[in-house]
Amino acid sequence: MKVVIVAGPPSAGKTAVLTQTARLLQKEGLALAALKFDTQSSADPERFASQLGVPTLGGLSGYLCPDHYFVSNLEEAVDWGRHHQAAVLLVETAGLCLRCAPHVEGVLAVTVLDCLGGLDAPGKIGPMLSLADVVVLTKGDLVSQAEREVLMHGIGAVNPTAEVLAINGLTGTGSLLLARRVLAWPDSDAVGSRRLRHDMPASICSYCTGERRIGRDYQTGNVEKLAWGRA
Amino acid sequence: MAARELTIIGGCDRQSREEMVRELVVRAGETLAVVGPTGSGKSELLSDIEQTARGDTPSGRRVLLDGRPVERTPLGLVATLSQRTSFVMDASVAAFVVRHASCLGKTGGSWTEQVLGLANTLCGEPMEPGDRLQGLSGGQTRALMIADLALISDAPVVLIDEVENAGIDKHRALAALARRGKIILTATHDPVLMLMNQRRVVMAQGGMRQVIGLDAEEDRCLAQLSQLDAALLQARDRLRRGERLRLEELN
Repeated sequence: MKVVIVAGPPSAGKTAVLTQTARLLQKEGLALAALKFDTQSSADPERFASQLGVPTLGGLSGYLCPDHYFVSNLEEAVDWGRHHQAAVLLVETAGLCLRCAPHVEGVLAVTVLDCLGGLDAPGKIGPMLSLADVVVLTKGDLVSQAEREVLMHGIGAVNPTAEVLAINGLTGTGSLLLARRVLAWPDSDAVGSRRLRHDMPASICSYCTGERRIGRDYQTGNVEKLAWGRA
Repeated sequence: MAARELTIIGGCDRQSREEMVRELVVRAGETLAVVGPTGSGKSELLSDIEQTARGDTPSGRRVLLDGRPVERTPLGLVATLSQRTSFVMDASVAAFVVRHASCLGKTGGSWTEQVLGLANTLCGEPMEPGDRLQGLSGGQTRALMIADLALISDAPVVLIDEVENAGIDKHRALAALARRGKIILTATHDPVLMLMNQRRVVMAQGGMRQVIGLDAEEDRCLAQLSQLDAALLQARDRLRRGERLRLEELN
């Protein structure tokens, strides 16, 4: 079974890109299963199910970090996909934190960005962008060719080896290029013996464990301060 | 990157009938209009080119570059310009041009001057280097994008999805792009824009039905239609300024 992990900021168009690409994979006769990780609520699993007619499952991380939740469940997710005899398992992550990345060594890593986040956006997004195999730019029809080219250049500076694809989530133009990449990727379902491409931040301070009070007295663990002395 | 010619090998229309046009070649410096009613397959044709189709799109078409199939669609092969396109960047015209040029390794030189020089011949309302992108009119925006495409962007193929009457000189815009050796396809419903292309491919039910070359009589039609077009634009401008139209001025 092939596994595809999709990351990207909220509302960048991850679900649209996946849906368009999934349709093309289905046309190739591949059985799919789709999994969506989110924090509070998500309509995406039902959307996948109704639009694609494939087994879908949603995972809500609640108060946990969605990426930690994702990686703690990845092995089971793959078992679930195998159980449904999927040829391709599509995993969409919540895509919130720019500090870490849900990408796994050897597993096709797709990061979706839209063109509306400003021309400096690539420099602000960390390992999620720099460690991706494929970077998908969405909403390109809303901006000028020049801005698209500046963005692509910015992505290339952060991640010189990634394939950068422009996909229109509404019409599907460009999703063929992603589908071709998925088809060419080897089976990658032995995730239990693989490693994350980047470490994930630990539960490091009192706020990670539910603290709500703000004062210095309540801050314990790994607390870091801006260099206020020099400010 | 460079490309001297683009070849489209016909596939099937929506009724799974073979397309009438089996092969269509567009060479660098050539402009081709893509015409047909709404839903006839114009956007799909442009989409096939953008994705360098290999028989793996619904049409089954294949797209070749310089006569060869494309292994991996090169980034920067195709530049697109659509109705919805606008600037999201908040910067001056000069800063925008310099940023785009420098990310393509084009530093030094008078890029801003060149781009503005061309843009200002396409649009009646001149722009200054210090103007903000967000403050430009529709016509200025379109003119700046086309001048930037012609002079800075390296993409050898330009796909235009209906340049509307935004108050720019369409003829000059196409000529400026063609002069730079671009391969230009324009999907449009505008008869003047259709006739500005030496050839047009007619779409129907998802297929390429026929390719028609401009003839001498159509060339004269173009001249007349352009005058009508200019009269319409002028009337629009006058009405927008709060003036009255007078019948004798229309003739």
